[in-house]
Amino acid sequence: MQPAELNLVRYKVLLESETDFAGWRDAARRLALNEVRPEDVSWHVAAGADRTQRDLPAPPADAQLVVPRDFIGHAETALCHSDPTRFAFLYRMLWRLRTEPKLLSIASDPDTRRLEAMEKAVRRDSHKMHAFVRFRKIGDGAEERYVAWFEPDHFIVERNADFFVRRFTGMRWTILTPYACADWNGERLAIGPGAAKGDAPTEDDIEALWRTYFENIFNPARLKVKAMRKEMPKKYWRNLPEASLIPELIAGADKAAKEMIARMPTTPAPHHAKVQAKYWPKHEPTQMPEDDAASSISELREAAKGCRRCQLWRDATQTVFGEGPDNAKVIFVGEQPGDQEDLAGKPFVGPAGKVFDAILDDAGVDRQKVYVTNAVKHFKFEPRGKRRIHSKPNAGEVQACRWWIDREFALIKPDLAVALGATAALSLLGKAIAVTKMRGQVIEREDGLRVFITIHPSFILRIHEPADKEAERERFLRDMREVKRLMAA
Amino acid sequence: MSVLTVREKLAILSDAAKYDASCASSGSVKKDSLKSGGIGSTEGMGICHSYAPDGRCISLLKILLTNFCIYDCSYCINRSSSNVRRARFSIDEVVKLTMDFYRRNYIEGLFLSSGVIRSPDETMGEMVEVARRLRLEEKFSGYIHLKTIPESSAELVEKAGLYADRLSINVELPTDEGVKKLAPEKKPETIRLSMARLRQKMEEKAEPTLRTKKRERFAPGGQATQMIVGADETSDDGILHTSARLYGSYHLRRVYYSAFSPIPDSSSSLPLQKPPLMREHRLYQADWLVRFYGFSQPEILEGSEDGMLDLAIDPKLAWALRNRGQFPVDINRADREALLRVPGLGTKVVAKILETRRHRRMRLEDVGRICHSIAMLRPFIIAEGWSPGAATDKTGLRDTIVRSCEQLSLF
Repeated sequence: MQPAELNLVRYKVLLESETDFAGWRDAARRLALNEVRPEDVSWHVAAGADRTQRDLPAPPADAQLVVPRDFIGHAETALCHSDPTRFAFLYRMLWRLRTEPKLLSIASDPDTRRLEAMEKAVRRDSHKMHAFVRFRKIGDGAEERYVAWFEPDHFIVERNADFFVRRFTGMRWTILTPYACADWNGERLAIGPGAAKGDAPTEDDIEALWRTYFENIFNPARLKVKAMRKEMPKKYWRNLPEASLIPELIAGADKAAKEMIARMPTTPAPHHAKVQAKYWPKHEPTQMPEDDAASSISELREAAKGCRRCQLWRDATQTVFGEGPDNAKVIFVGEQPGDQEDLAGKPFVGPAGKVFDAILDDAGVDRQKVYVTNAVKHFKFEPRGKRRIHSKPNAGEVQACRWWIDREFALIKPDLAVALGATAALSLLGKAIAVTKMRGQVIEREDGLRVFITIHPSFILRIHEPADKEAERERFLRDMREVKRLMAA
Repeated sequence: MSVLTVREKLAILSDAAKYDASCASSGSVKKDSLKSGGIGSTEGMGICHSYAPDGRCISLLKILLTNFCIYDCSYCINRSSSNVRRARFSIDEVVKLTMDFYRRNYIEGLFLSSGVIRSPDETMGEMVEVARRLRLEEKFSGYIHLKTIPESSAELVEKAGLYADRLSINVELPTDEGVKKLAPEKKPETIRLSMARLRQKMEEKAEPTLRTKKRERFAPGGQATQMIVGADETSDDGILHTSARLYGSYHLRRVYYSAFSPIPDSSSSLPLQKPPLMREHRLYQADWLVRFYGFSQPEILEGSEDGMLDLAIDPKLAWALRNRGQFPVDINRADREALLRVPGLGTKVVAKILETRRHRRMRLEDVGRICHSIAMLRPFIIAEGWSPGAATDKTGLRDTIVRSCEQLSLF
């Protein structure tokens, strides 16, 4: 210990500007590598300072300073903060990081919190600059330019200039601030010294329109002044052309809202009757269509659109009715539409439908000649985020939908029905059966209809083991060949 | 009728648009004007360029093309029976207004909606033309949100998706019965089908085309919708159920809840009262829990008596109080899912806890330093040197927390 030196700062660092990160980084590196303690350094900004930092010790040969990679990014942002002690603080952070490499991960450490708070303040100020810069137009034609006056809390003009270049590439613009200005001439960005408010234009005709918009988009019945001031603090108001309207809007809000509520409903506008007569000739009473009267599948399909026989319509997009020729020899009955079917309004178009199509094709069954439908005609599901998890229809829902299945069969009069899975079998036979046991068998119903029992093709999709999957596909293919044989018989 | 100036039209047609809650300019792809030499950019995060005294952000120029409308929805200021003043912008006027505002950095872009005049296709066609001109003639790369008219043709919707960042169709009310009652000419079935088609189109366009191997642009900001809250009798549980269905079925980016606001020249079939703003706020919080905190929709109000969210406390705290058996949660050991369910811990704070506890065991005061208020947390967590003991199960817990939070907000 050399107590005599304690109060003396050994090194004085001069930085070129308030945002001279390269200068800070170079100095910090030299100092840290020479074991110079934070309390032995003072930091200053002096325009035109000597970048070579002659007074600072050179880094020892092949010495390396190891700090976490992301510290550089954090420091670069925090350095734009207006706090004059930031250079010293960041050097202290660097100093600690040499021996505490995990420091940035410890969110509860006071220095880490301070660094984070500084970055947050800089980012917020940047965001507010993107939001609250207001350009005013001067000149016309080739002379047209857009000029803004803005007062940031921190030193953020340099880091934000690119945002405005990306956004207003096709404009010539200048943003004036007290400490620096950014100017884009359409090709090149220049950062110059600060300006005064008086250097900026004082008016722009379009502001009257903007103020009109601001006034009218405000809903006086929803007054929430605190919420507004939290996001648009008063300090910004003086440079926002719309802000001078705020006090009168607030003052008048209560009265305006009360008026909105109190104003009695008036008689309909004069043109209303004409509009109603022309576009909405009569409000048809909503009634259950006479679905019994349907004499063709297309009529039946139409009638099923408004089906309310169970509650499943509430969450589904639409009724997914059967599809295929009116005179099909065979009807395939699945369980219920899935996600894709619900959107498309057609049965067997999703992943299981694709498997089904491919196997039918392999078996030589022409899908165009068969009729495919489902035991239940609305998709039943549980929403899970952006997915819909299929849920099995219950016996009541199957029973309710028998109304449609029975009519589909009555109109088409097929020779054979294929029950794909347990729900279809339940619907067709009126009782639950063990599909895996009965698979491949034909059951004759009391009315003489032959029902071939097999699995639902989605079962194949659920098998993960490739060999098992292939084996199951083969079995299903054999079933479909059998169906083809039965169709011919 | 005298000819209205642009300023008069703007007054009428922005007033007519303000009951639509959505104003987001986020969620689209990044684009800028460096290559085109035009005007405009979107950078993922939306920007709110101003705030009205109703606390709502002004990000987009939100206007109607016209407020003439053939529909007669009783909650809407523009319904055909309303005596509101009518106006109609020309396509040129909207394009110019958008560019004039954008160049001065007032807005992120345009949110264009419209009353339906003559036919849905005619109205939609004009809206698409505004977007087309902005993109192709003005080289505008800012944000465009078009309200889609459910009955309009597939070709128009395709074009709309080509130029717009986001498309939306309002479901209007949480139940079909509500729509039938308050918006008799609107068809809930058609609204669902239109949303289904938008999702199909978005998925189709997300695949690279066979020929060019490129993805075609189609509403990169996705689709959204709005529901009016408080105009019919639907409970919060019912509203949240509808939202969950919409998110799952049509992959919506956002469901907006709009507290029913009294409108001038109101219809007599509606509640004449102040808009239920707190209810709207709680619904957004509950929506967040489902989307970002791993809650399933039925859990939110499971065990509640009336299916309504508690207005005095946030829905996560209300859930925790009903499910005290799952607490206290050990800050130093619990997994992310369990931490996210602790009242007062947001996603960011949870991420910080997970990172910090890899290096040191956290005490109550460590947690206090990185979260907003430790008062709400204390009964629900175990930390190094801290256990709430019987506090978690105390009967007066709700009141104690409400009081301590109120006191905090006094300072």
